[in-house]
Amino acid sequence: MRWMWIDRIIAFEPRRSLTAIKCVSLAESHLHDHFSADTDRPAAPVMPTSLIIEGMAQTAGILVGSVNRFREKVVLAKIVRAVLDQDVLPGQTIRYTALIDRLDGAGASTTGTVERLDHAKQDGRWDAIGAVDLLFSHVDRNLAGVTFPEANFVFSDNFRTLVESAGIPFDAPT
Amino acid sequence: MLMTRDQIYEQVRDVLADALGADEDEITPTASLTADLRAESIDFLDIVFRLEKAFSTPDRPFKISPGELFPENLMENPEWVQSGRFTPAGLAMLKERMPHVDFAGFDADVNKVAALITVDAIAKFVERKLNAAA
Repeated sequence: MRWMWIDRIIAFEPRRSLTAIKCVSLAESHLHDHFSADTDRPAAPVMPTSLIIEGMAQTAGILVGSVNRFREKVVLAKIVRAVLDQDVLPGQTIRYTALIDRLDGAGASTTGTVERLDHAKQDGRWDAIGAVDLLFSHVDRNLAGVTFPEANFVFSDNFRTLVESAGIPFDAPT
Repeated sequence: MLMTRDQIYEQVRDVLADALGADEDEITPTASLTADLRAESIDFLDIVFRLEKAFSTPDRPFKISPGELFPENLMENPEWVQSGRFTPAGLAMLKERMPHVDFAGFDADVNKVAALITVDAIAKFVERKLNAAA
């Protein structure tokens, strides 16, 4: 079981872009501690920035993996840039759009935008709240010469369900 | 129009500053990417992508092939590497395939070969490729 940080893929252009959404919910227990109440102030549940970056990594990782129908082990190698200007609160929705910048046998670089929909505003508008650019490695072809298990431990179980529900071909054995 | 050596060096310096998060004053011609600028193996992929982007033009793509900047799978060939050291044939191969690198003082230790790649070596590599394509 992988901890999934996107709920649904809503747009896909092969080898080019992928868009996914994440509905942030107060049912996610980690929000109860981020940040919990203390003696001076009430609880302030906010989606952790690290998990927003992971959401983009999953979005962009699926885009990069889809190029070779998920047969490559695509692993996040480097956060090239991460800028997030505003918080995301429970009840709001995040939209991640990832674009492939460069791609070759060794890996890929992606650029990505993070947007937020505040349902309370009832205007249906997505506000840009940040950018996350990433570098992925095809780990079986890493320059360090390190070897990894044969089974594709990256794109397993939940990823397959998510990818196939969006109609994206998935070949990798899990 | 061909770029001058200085123009190439300046662009290489910008690429390395962005890829490695290094200060510009750290990026001197003789600075080693791994030993001085703290580059890890994955940073080389980032640097290759950024060089391709920085030096490509609409009518002349700048594409770096696998192993072109730094030969791959060196350790797997006993003709080149034995007991952690390059053989004479291995050293000759390195010098032929990495003409952008200065091997003076290199003691054939495979663990030290990555440190030979300096800022100047990257600039020379780019300059050779651009001149070959011109």
